[in-house]
Order: sequence, then C-alpha cells, then structure tokens
Amino acid sequence: MNALVFLVPAALFLGLLALGLFLWTLRNRQYEDLDGAASRILFDDQPPKESRR
Amino acid sequence: MNALLRPVEAASPGVSRARCAHCGADLAPGQGEFCCHGCAAAHALVRGLGLTAFYARLEGAAGALRPAEVPPAVDFAALARAESDGTQSLDLMVSGLSCGACVWLIEQALAAEPDVVRARVNLTARRLSLRWRGDADRARALAGLVARLGFRIAPWSPACLRATEDEEGRQLIRALGIAAFGSMNVMLVSVAVWVGGDMGEHTRALMHWLAALFGLPTVLVAGMPFYRSAWHAIRSGRGNMDLAVSLGVLATTAMSLSEAIRNGPYTWFDGATALLALLLAGRVLDRGMRRRARQAVAELLALQDGSVELRLPDGSTRAVPVGSVLAGDRLLVATGDRLRLDGVAAQEVLLDTSATTGESLPRRIEPGEPLMAGAVNMGSAFTLRVTAAAKDGSLASLALLVEKAEQGRGRFVSIADKAARWYVPIIHAVAAMTFLGWWLGVGVTWQAALVPAVASLIVTCPCGLAIAVPAVQVATVGALFRRGVLVASATALERLASADHVVLDKTGTLTMGHPALVEEPGLDRAALRRAASLAHGSRHPLAQALLRACPDAPLLDGVEEVPGSGLRHGATRLGSASFCGIECHADSGMTLYLAEEGAAPIAFRFADELRPDAARVVRELQELGLTTELLSGDGAGAVEDAAAATGIGPWQARATPADKAARIEALCQQGKRPLMVGDGINDAAALALAHVSASPATGTDIAQATSDLVLRGDGLSALPAAIRAARKAQLLAKQNIAFSLAYNVVAVPAAVLGFVTPLIAALVMASSSIIVILNALRAGKEARL
Repeated sequence: MNALVFLVPAALFLGLLALGLFLWTLRNRQYEDLDGAASRILFDDQPPKESRR
Repeated sequence: MNALLRPVEAASPGVSRARCAHCGADLAPGQGEFCCHGCAAAHALVRGLGLTAFYARLEGAAGALRPAEVPPAVDFAALARAESDGTQSLDLMVSGLSCGACVWLIEQALAAEPDVVRARVNLTARRLSLRWRGDADRARALAGLVARLGFRIAPWSPACLRATEDEEGRQLIRALGIAAFGSMNVMLVSVAVWVGGDMGEHTRALMHWLAALFGLPTVLVAGMPFYRSAWHAIRSGRGNMDLAVSLGVLATTAMSLSEAIRNGPYTWFDGATALLALLLAGRVLDRGMRRRARQAVAELLALQDGSVELRLPDGSTRAVPVGSVLAGDRLLVATGDRLRLDGVAAQEVLLDTSATTGESLPRRIEPGEPLMAGAVNMGSAFTLRVTAAAKDGSLASLALLVEKAEQGRGRFVSIADKAARWYVPIIHAVAAMTFLGWWLGVGVTWQAALVPAVASLIVTCPCGLAIAVPAVQVATVGALFRRGVLVASATALERLASADHVVLDKTGTLTMGHPALVEEPGLDRAALRRAASLAHGSRHPLAQALLRACPDAPLLDGVEEVPGSGLRHGATRLGSASFCGIECHADSGMTLYLAEEGAAPIAFRFADELRPDAARVVRELQELGLTTELLSGDGAGAVEDAAAATGIGPWQARATPADKAARIEALCQQGKRPLMVGDGINDAAALALAHVSASPATGTDIAQATSDLVLRGDGLSALPAAIRAARKAQLLAKQNIAFSLAYNVVAVPAAVLGFVTPLIAALVMASSSIIVILNALRAGKEARL
C-alpha cells in the first residue's frame, strides 16, 4: 500500500511526460513526411558543405 | 547478399544488362551507356558532384528519371519570395521522386551550390523547400539543376498545399495520441482491480478514482471527432456509426462514474478509452491513405499548371500566372502550347482541339473566330487576344457545372451507414430494455441496473462494426495506390463495385491522346532516324512524336526552325508539304515530309492511335459483366473504327459536352449505374454526373480533378483490376459486418444477463477487431496480384 504513494505519482508523471513529448512532436510537424524520415535515417556520408562567405 | 552485390552493379552501371546508366530504361541496340542526351547530361552532372552513390540506392521504375526533352516553361524567378533576413525562398513540386535516394540526390546536389542555405525535400508531399542568398534570378538556375537531374518540377500550387495541409488529420492524430495515452494508463489501474481480488475497499475506491482521473479527460478530448460527426448526424435527422460510438462511449463513462461514486466492483473507463483509441487508429490510417492519393492527384495537376507569355506593349514578353491575365491582354502562344484562356487570333491558326471537342484531327480556324481554352497549338506561334479572364472564361463556367453535378452525388449512402441506420436503434433499444428489466423487473438499484445495460452497449459497440468497412478500404486503397490507381473520394470504391455500365470516351482515353507515328510496312528506318535527329529540340507535337518513335536519334547541330512550316538543316527539310515543295491539296496537318537533296520526299503519317491495351481492357470489362459503349466528340468514321477495333458495342459520334452529360443522366434515370471514363475538358460534366468516374493520367486537369479515380500508370489496364479490387473490398466489408453481427448474437445475451465483466468486454472487443482487421488485410494481398 505504501508503495502506491510513490509508484502512482511516478507512473502519472512518466505518462504525462510522454504525452507532452508526443504533442510537441506533433506541433513540430514531425509526422508530415513519414516516408522521407524512414529513408533519411540511412543517409550517411554527407559531404561537408563548402564554407560560405 | 543483395546488399553486397549492389555496389558492384553501381560500379559498372547497366553496361552488362544494357540499361541506361542514369534512368535505368532498356537500351536499344547500338546505344552506348545512355538512352538519350538528357540522361547522359544528368549522369555527368551527378558524377561531377561526386554523388554517384545515388545509383546504388535508386529504387524507382526504369525510365522514370529521363530528363524531359523540353525544359519547364515556367519562370521560377518570379515565384521566389524575399525573406526578412535577405535570403530568397522558393517551394517547388518535384515529380519523379520514388525513394529516399532521390531525396538524397536533390538535397546534396543543391547543397553543393555555395549560396544555397537550405534545401529540404518532403518525400510524402513531393515538396522541395529552397532558400538561398542572393537575388531571385538564381531560382531559374537552381530549378534548372533539379530538372536536369531528371525530375519534373512545377511551382508549388495552392492545390498542392490544400492536399498537404490537413488540419483535420492533425487533430485526429492528436486525439489518437491522447486516447492511446489515456487507455494505457487506465488499463494499468484496471488490471490491478481485475486481479486484486483481495484488495481492500479503500484501495479499490482509490483505483476507481485514479481511473476516472485519466478516463474522463481522455473521453472528453479524444472523443471530439466522433461527437462532432454524431452531432451533425442528429441535426440532419440520420443515424450514423459515429452516433453509436459516441453514445456507447459516453454512456459507459457515465456508468463508470456512477460505479466509482458507489464504489462498485468494476469501472469501465478502460473499455471506453480503448474503444476510442482503436477507432481513432483506424481513422488515422484511412485518412493518411486518402491523403496520399489526393497528393498524387495534386502532383499530376501541378505538372499541367503553367504560366502564359504575356506580350508587353514594347514587344517583349514576360511569363505571368494565368490568374493575373485580364480580358484584352495579348498572349504569345508558342508551337505545342496549350491555350489557357479563351480568345481570338488575328491570323489563321491550326489547333488540336481534342481536349475540348474530342476531334482527333487538328482544325484550321479562321482569323477572328473564338478559340476555346484547352486546345493545343499545332501550327506556328501566334498572338492571342484574351476575351475572358480565367475566372469568367469557358473553363470556369465548366468548373461551376461540375461543382453543381458533384453536389448531387452527396446523396450516396455508404454501406457502413446503411448498416448503422437499423443497427443503432436496435442496440439502443436492447440497452434500454436491459436497464428497465433489471431495475423494475429484478428490482436492483438503478445504479446496479446501469451496469448490464451499458455492458450490452459497449459489447455491441461497434468496434468490429465501425472498423469493419474502413479497414477494408485502407487495405484496398493502399494496394491500388501501389498499382497506380489513385482513389480520391471516400465512397469511390463502393460506387465502383456497383457500376454496371461503362461509358468510354475515345480521344485520349481509348487512344493515346497525342499523335503517334503510323508504322507503315515500307517505313524507311534510316530516314526516320535522320528525320528524328532533325526534330530534336522542336516543341511541335509531330516533331515530338517523331522523336518518340526513334528516341535514340543523335542530336543535330545547326537546325533552323521555321515557325509554322518546318525545320531546315542545310538542304534537308522536314515539315509540311508546302515547306518541302510538294503539291498537296488535302493536308490534314498530321503528315510530315522529309525532303533531302537528290531524293524523293518521304512522308511520315501520324495518327492518334488506340492504346495498345484498349481492346484487352474493353474485353476484360465485358467479362466482368459490365456493358460498354463509346461516346465521342470525334467524327463518325474514326469513332466507328475505334468501336470495331475494340469490340466495344454501341457508339455515338459528334457528341458535344452537353450530349455526353445528357447521355449519362439518361442512363442514371434508367436505373443504370454508369462508370464514365474520360480525359477531356468536354468530358468533365459527364464525369461529375456519372455514378463513378475515372480518368487516365494523361487527362486534362479538370477531368482529373472531377474523377473519383485517376489511373496514374500507362493506359487503362489498371481499370478492370480496380473494379475487381473494389468488388472484393465490398465482399470483405459485408463479411466483416456479418461477422460483427454474429459476434453480438453470443455477446449481447451474456451482457444482458450480467455475465460480462470489463475483462471479458475487453477480450471480446480486441478479438473481434483483430479478426476483422485480418480479414480486411486479405483485400490488400489479392489486389496486388
């Protein structure tokens, strides 16, 4: 019973944290291009961009 | 294994297999590494940038990356926007993006330009966002770079934006996230109550209130999409599936609250929230699939969107958007250009009016006669005096007509709503009877009587039923999308499945819609090759057809184009009869002559030929049990020939747009459900009036925007497959509905008698949903065959 005093708020906090993160990613438009994001992860050798003046 | 082999293939690109090293198309014998000059230039560009790794990753279809013969006629510099920090930005629609490799290539190629600050491609929306330092004129060079790589580009139009920006879709995803979060946390607490038989009274009360703490806001916020739709249904006096969902969820929540207050054995917040999460997941998938189809249609439309050449008083020309042209302005219409606006010309012009009237032969039009927007200039360049701005021209009035016809189509009732109309009252009656039976009949308190009543609501509730149809639709629309059939409207599949009569247009639908070389027996191949070399770089439709017939012809330098007559290279001439010095009275405008020194002129005849798959498609449609007919604006001879060649049956020639619309209306009144297939501006009204409509990818923008289905692939062969897929989908949807109802035969009596606990309800709901979804997935599998 005593464990609940800590565990319930902890579970609540973690859950709300995850929900907050989800809403942030949604507002950040991270779900607009799922196909692109899926292949972008495989891009590796980005040649360094020439210095701009 | 594959991964190991790929770089080796890239090192010797295509040589052993005779594939073009850039676009991957099959090479004709005698061609070196590339299928055309565009590809050779694109490959050199990619290699020069050090980006050859692209070819190892490319997954697109062969030939998709072949650079266009004619660069885009849009002035991109005029579209660049100056940003507040001194940079310029530009959004482009990029067609031909097939995989991540294309995204990588474009972004890297643009990033190599020193002044580009940002280049980002959205693969889903096909949108390239560019930002660079310097002046707006750089837009031309940067857009040209993408075009030279083999991608087709167009300005990012408002229609593209509308297809991409999806506020309702975002709200659905937000609701899904909230529902998923809420249901997980409520489940956490509920499981404790289900297994904690030895739990004390106070602990259980704490658990109930914790569940309410999560459950109530979740139900209120995440259920909004359903409540809104249910409210509309009530106001218009109809029952729909969302009404059943809303009532089920809200009643369950109210009952759970009452159970929490009196500290009953179980609350049902988990059922209500899990139901919402599942249904929202189905909606999000459904919407995502349709959005993809809408974006693909917008992409096709954007490629047709062009600017026009406005003639300024000082004699120069400037590219301006169509919308900004006013009546009285003068436009330059180049050879091969499509007329965007109505107007009159001061000289005789030769126009291909197949899109507006369906005639397959070009027509000579006297000076001063009104010219309709939509025709293609087959003769020399001329000046068009605009008689009506875009918003009150013939295209706009047609769009109005289409809009009116489409409003009538809103009456179609989908199978899910049909089922809901009689199902919803029954389950509500059952729930009410259960409540009264327990309360008044058995004599328990009203709070206790609420439990079995609401349990019967949530058990019948529609989980299986509400996703029975959408799940099938998602699977089918996705499978069709991969085959190149774009399903733009929500009820299109159901309407397609019930179609029993096909009305086909001829020009552009059964035929290619552009002139093609007639392969005559005595055709001189070497002469064709020489003629095609000459035709390189000309925008005249016949020259382009010549080039299509012989794509590997080498490029010739020093070709001079005589507008409206032909091409000249030294003493060699390619062009009309009079240009080549031949006496010819019946010049149909569909013949080119090649006149070489010391040789008799050779004629190349062109015709708008039937698609190679036309006869097969018609036969397949007839095998599917649909009756077919041909309805064309072309002359009787050509229509009869096409009807005979394809075995289509009844035909009608010289049909005006109004005739076509009237024919469709007559068919509908006879109780037929016509499928209209057309591509032209003259078909638009008929397309909108028909039970269901389709247009090929080569169709005009107005026909595509009006159609329920757009066949993106080449030809019509996807159409019978789409009908088969739609019928299969309809069958599966009915199976799913029948299955969900059968489930209730067992579940409802158990719920009414009070045997169902939240645990059982959760199991019933999950298992019925899984079975329905698995059944729906069969649609995707079989449509792919």
